[in-house]
Amino acid sequence: MYHAPVTVDSRCAVAGRGPAKQMSLGPEASVTDDKSAPTADAADVRGPAEKVIAGRSLKQIAWRRLKKDKVAIGGGVVVILLVLVAILAPVLVALLGHPPDEYHQDQIDATFGTPKGSFGGISSDFILGVEPTSGRDVFSRIVYGAQTSLTVAFLSALVSTILGVIFGLSAGFLGGWVDAVISRVMDFLLAFPQLLFSIALVSVVPYEMLGLNARWSRVLVLVCVIGFFGWPYIGRIVRGQTLSLREREFVEAARSMGARSPRILVRELLPNLAAPILVYTTLIIPTNILTEAALSFLGVGIPPPNPSWGGMLSDAVATYSISPMYMIIPGATIFITVLAFNLFGDGLRDALDPKAR
Amino acid sequence: MSENLLEVTGLQKHFPITKGLFKRQVGAVRAVDGIDLTVQAGETLGLVGESGCGKSTAGRLFTRILEPTAGKIVFEGQDISHKSVTQMRPLRRDVQMIFQDPYSSLNPRHTIGTIISAPLQIQNIPTPQGLKTAVQELLELVGLSPEHYNRYPHEFSGGQRQRIGIARALALRPKLIIADEPVSALDVSIQAQVVNLLEDLQSEFDLTYVFIAHDLSVVRHISDRVAVMYLGKVMEIAHRDDLYKNPRHPYTVALMSAVPVPDPVRRDRAQRDRVLLTGDVPSPINPPSGCRFRTRCWKAQDICAVEEPPLVRRLDDPDGHLTACHFPVVEDEAVAGRKPATINV
Repeated sequence: MYHAPVTVDSRCAVAGRGPAKQMSLGPEASVTDDKSAPTADAADVRGPAEKVIAGRSLKQIAWRRLKKDKVAIGGGVVVILLVLVAILAPVLVALLGHPPDEYHQDQIDATFGTPKGSFGGISSDFILGVEPTSGRDVFSRIVYGAQTSLTVAFLSALVSTILGVIFGLSAGFLGGWVDAVISRVMDFLLAFPQLLFSIALVSVVPYEMLGLNARWSRVLVLVCVIGFFGWPYIGRIVRGQTLSLREREFVEAARSMGARSPRILVRELLPNLAAPILVYTTLIIPTNILTEAALSFLGVGIPPPNPSWGGMLSDAVATYSISPMYMIIPGATIFITVLAFNLFGDGLRDALDPKAR
Repeated sequence: MSENLLEVTGLQKHFPITKGLFKRQVGAVRAVDGIDLTVQAGETLGLVGESGCGKSTAGRLFTRILEPTAGKIVFEGQDISHKSVTQMRPLRRDVQMIFQDPYSSLNPRHTIGTIISAPLQIQNIPTPQGLKTAVQELLELVGLSPEHYNRYPHEFSGGQRQRIGIARALALRPKLIIADEPVSALDVSIQAQVVNLLEDLQSEFDLTYVFIAHDLSVVRHISDRVAVMYLGKVMEIAHRDDLYKNPRHPYTVALMSAVPVPDPVRRDRAQRDRVLLTGDVPSPINPPSGCRFRTRCWKAQDICAVEEPPLVRRLDDPDGHLTACHFPVVEDEAVAGRKPATINV
């Protein structure tokens, strides 16, 4: 049965595979093309004299897929723009606005307390209008609010991710009672009334602490609370993925070479978890933005007079019937931000793991 | 072919079945339930048996990826049955494994260079010619282009991936390679290439193989000796030609008769001679008493349920042909399970 001549030629191993040039099809081409058309065959045909062939890592493949996804790229652009706005807040305000806490009574109709002019006082001087009664520049407050919102969202996502990865990996990899304990803690946290707890907690922590001013000490508290309640979402994903990866033969192969557990965790498992971790971190950020806005709306987030999107919405409740623009602008900002992050996160997931859809 | 590289006595691996909150053990899957084997330096020992008979578990015990429940594994005179991970580390250089599934045995996030150099790095093996050159030499050795160094596993076909797995196993220049169904996931044409590659490497590097497979023709091609497993036990072990010509254990007879015959002229006869076993493989959680095969054996008698037959020489077999059966099959014996000729259309 095995009288085939001894040969080390592997050419026939790839015969019949699709040619690599399929990949240059238009954006309507299936995103799985990149996967199903390995370029290994091309390498066999080429002579050894040709330049060193660099393989395309999954990262590069994902990037190619992501580039084709216009919606995700749109979301990504908005996200980058928002981050730039947050970082450049002082510059933007200096160029286009007025200090966020500066009152402009001259912009306010003294009788009704509403902004002068149509659409909430939008003018070339106040590009997003002014706040009713006080006359503060809405643009400046939105820009500084972006700073707070994004800081809280990113840092709490980071906290969630770090905790989630550590606990998820331990639970999945060690199994046994460690897994049992961590899984129960995750169930507990997921069932916990996060919002009520946050309200209770925030009202007892000091107004200023650790040498930070009121704004940043509250940001710190929010990061801790939101980050702590967010980790089970990542932890469950990481645990599940680890459970399935642990059984793969490459882990056994590493063991059979004498690799110790830390090496297996860091070198073998973590690179395979990078994609889901990245995706769920991106998707947890919009949730955090919403939570921060909700807490600020309820008065336990960023303390006034510091600007925050949720706080602005809360202020707008009193005046929305006479000055609706003051409610529409922060609302729309939150909407656009959350939508952009979600679209980008979804696109990222599709690009990194087309099978997960 | 005299020195015993690997000696296994009474090897057992039971996987506990737990229940309830406190993980109370309610039973055990007796995946490997007392096997005795020796592997001589330079030979290829084939390990065959149907799915779930404990072949792969046995292989993982030999490489000590798993720790045996009982029994002894002696490698080159050293008892390795209960060595810790750290104690095993230096020995890992001498025993390597080739895995069944070329798709899951290579980490998809690592380049081929990283995968093949991993054993060298883990074991701190100096590479005077440089790590990259060392890997490229290994790639050439298994018939892959050295330029593939920077590529990822998903860019290769199954056969090529299996070659990468072989290169990785060879990196440490081991003495013993446990090949766990290395070709069963491949196309038949590629199987031949990989099997031939394994044979070439064996003669080049004086390798000893334990070749685990369920494909009897592959085993016949590559092995010097063959052990037949059933439900965690070795039923018969013999030199290849001896076993294929003169199977003694009824299970071996049934297994051999199930090999498909490609020649239509001979197929008629083969079908007539096919031994059809009835029933399913009993559960390894609760294996039958006495002889494990008795529930499906046409020769079973009362003694089979009471007394477990030892793995010894039967009848006038040559040395090294051991059978665990009270009633070994003699040549040209009328086998009750065989289909009558008349049914054959």
